Amino acid sequence: MAIEIPKTPYSGKVREIKLGKEAKTITVGGENSFPFYVFEGAMPHKPRIAMEVLDSPPQEWPQAAIEPFVDVINDPITWAKKCIHTYGAEMIALQLVSTDPNGMNRGADEAAAVVKKVSDAIDVPLIVWGTANHEKDTQVLTKVCEVCQNKRLIIGPVEEKNYKKIAAAAIGYKHTVVASSPIDINLAKQLNILLGNLGVADDMILMDPTVSGIGYGMEYCYSVMERMRMAGLTQQDEKLQLPIICNLANEVWKSKEVHLPDNENNMGNAKNRGILMEAMSAMALLLAGGDVIIMRHPEAIKLIKEMVADLTAS
Amino acid sequence: MALTGIQIFKLLPKTNCGKCGVPTCLAFAMNLAAGKAELSACPFVTEEARVQLAEASAPPIRPVTIGTGVTTFKVGGETVMFRHEKKFENPTAIAILITDAMSDAEITDRVNKFNKYTYERVGLKLRANAIAIKSESGDPAKFEMLVEKIAKATDGALILISNQPDILAAGLKVCADRKPLLYAATMANAEAIAKLARENSCPVAAKGASIEEVAELTSILNKAGISDIVIDSGARTVRQAFQDQIIIRGSALQKKFKPLGFPTITFPCEMAGNPMKEALIASMFVAKYAGIIVLSDLQGEVLFPLVVERLNIFTDPQRPLATTSGIYEINNPNEKSPVLITTNFSLTYFIVSGEIESSKVPSYLLVMDTEGLSVMTAWAAGKFVADLMATFVKKSGIEGKIKHRKLIIPGYSATESGGLEEGLNGWEIMVGPREGSHIPAYLRNLRD
Ligand code: SF4
Repeated sequence: MAIEIPKTPYSGKVREIKLGKEAKTITVGGENSFPFYVFEGAMPHKPRIAMEVLDSPPQEWPQAAIEPFVDVINDPITWAKKCIHTYGAEMIALQLVSTDPNGMNRGADEAAAVVKKVSDAIDVPLIVWGTANHEKDTQVLTKVCEVCQNKRLIIGPVEEKNYKKIAAAAIGYKHTVVASSPIDINLAKQLNILLGNLGVADDMILMDPTVSGIGYGMEYCYSVMERMRMAGLTQQDEKLQLPIICNLANEVWKSKEVHLPDNENNMGNAKNRGILMEAMSAMALLLAGGDVIIMRHPEAIKLIKEMVADLTAS
Repeated sequence: MALTGIQIFKLLPKTNCGKCGVPTCLAFAMNLAAGKAELSACPFVTEEARVQLAEASAPPIRPVTIGTGVTTFKVGGETVMFRHEKKFENPTAIAILITDAMSDAEITDRVNKFNKYTYERVGLKLRANAIAIKSESGDPAKFEMLVEKIAKATDGALILISNQPDILAAGLKVCADRKPLLYAATMANAEAIAKLARENSCPVAAKGASIEEVAELTSILNKAGISDIVIDSGARTVRQAFQDQIIIRGSALQKKFKPLGFPTITFPCEMAGNPMKEALIASMFVAKYAGIIVLSDLQGEVLFPLVVERLNIFTDPQRPLATTSGIYEINNPNEKSPVLITTNFSLTYFIVSGEIESSKVPSYLLVMDTEGLSVMTAWAAGKFVADLMATFVKKSGIEGKIKHRKLIIPGYSATESGGLEEGLNGWEIMVGPREGSHIPAYLRNLRD
């Protein structure tokens, strides 16, 4: 029987953005249909997974998350190298947790020096993520921009409250910014416009819709991302045609359920539970429109890469 | 697709006899269109018109009920492609596979897990829905015994799997009253399976080798008098199965293509070599449109994230998930422990309680019913304001649990602190951090 197959009336596509150092860039975005609707359009660049590295040893990670990195966990440089050489990371996301004013409160100069060392040691794209403390991120991230001039980092989060100084530094020193908004499509668009007005080129912006994982509740970010894609692909909303980055890892691994021991509350094996909560959360975010997902556990990443390969197989 | 009053009017006798209770056929048609009348009120409507009207007013994706009693579930009935447009209606059902090739111990273990693995979340009980019982041996007697054993051991809904009508009939002998889903009618056996389904009034799964074939098959079943159908497009690769789910829902909703207007059944258990990969495939199907997912086994580490994902995806986007209001004791608090207050929006609750827990500081968290709104939204809506908060704190019973009288309110509620000090006589109101992530540092500071 002949099937009446509906066709989505696409009118736009996600902007293609090159990330990383000149000689070794990775392109993200470029899709002109809903995520993985490859029967309707093209997804020229597969979504990418960035592996997370902390700039100081993690405090609250469960054993399952520490295990793969136990030999490198005190040194972000060897940690990043291990991610690339042992686990095949295509990008690194360096979380500047040491700069948290409520924690170690490391100063901007010291934090930026670590970023510089990591950046010198690797040639895959490097995402540098602050603590979402507006004042502190302004100090730290502007310093990082300066110290890592021309390294073409991806710098975030840049929020409405502190975008001016950080984005200005990013323009000056040629870095990409992560425009971060609180689970709201209108605020996301507004921030992209503000960044544009400041002079940030559209191909130097990734959008961070602020995501959560299974555990805290994904329904809001899932729908906001779907609406962003819809606006960009079917409603010609150019300011929402930017690739989406999801800082997922910690949202999953800080949840209560990941920390419960084996078999507690009928929740099975603790390690696999953590891996699956991360991988399934990533799966949902990819289906909602994620182009870059920051993840932690090598096995969760392996599973997700397999799913991406399966979904885009010809 | 609902018809307009004028379209319905064209199908009526146009005699204006008034038997339906209103003076004219047109008035009756208008009432029908508005859902204010039943077609049966007109004694003169022709059979042909009745069929046309029934077809036109049927939902684009048929809701199908499987099972009986407390574990009955519905699949299908969906009306949108994206959950922000309107609530996804019927959560994806999860089934665990049991075959007659398994040992008795294994079978018992699986049924026990099915019965036992439930998870409490925001006041809801989350669990798997059905047991899929498959005949591997091809022996009807063996199948009948297995079905009987399982039906006795659980009140869960059942799916009977075989392409042999005599085997399904053997299973039905011992569980027809449970309204199991019969899997599956194919092009080869459609007549026989349709007969079984009619005799036992059970829903039927239609399995085709492709979307095209399954569309043809549902038409055949329809003609044989079967309307409660669940479809399997036969795809067992991730890409094809994903594409089929989207095309099936799209053609039903956007093209009103009736032959595909049914919920689907999917088999991650036949699509992966290991349980972890299978879990990921299942999570894809929860987001993208499966009616039923059959898993090769139930592992807590798979089922828990899957049912929580399902809860998230199928939550009504207009009505935020809310948690029960009351006093939550975190890290074993005592009479000296700090008291925090927040709203019952589930995301707020999970974040705040999670942060308190990770602070390791024993605390009480008062969760106030704000109809599922977050701190900011509830404040703007006048539901998280000083007088209501004061009444709630007094009635909560917290005063009997603590010796001090200090209340920590969210940073975003700072403007309410004056009003609260008036409303809560003898209490000191402390303004906590705005962001959940700053709670641990705040609590630790308080203690030091
Ligand atoms: S009973 Fe039927 S025929 Fe008579 S007025 Fe009503 S709709 Fe018309």
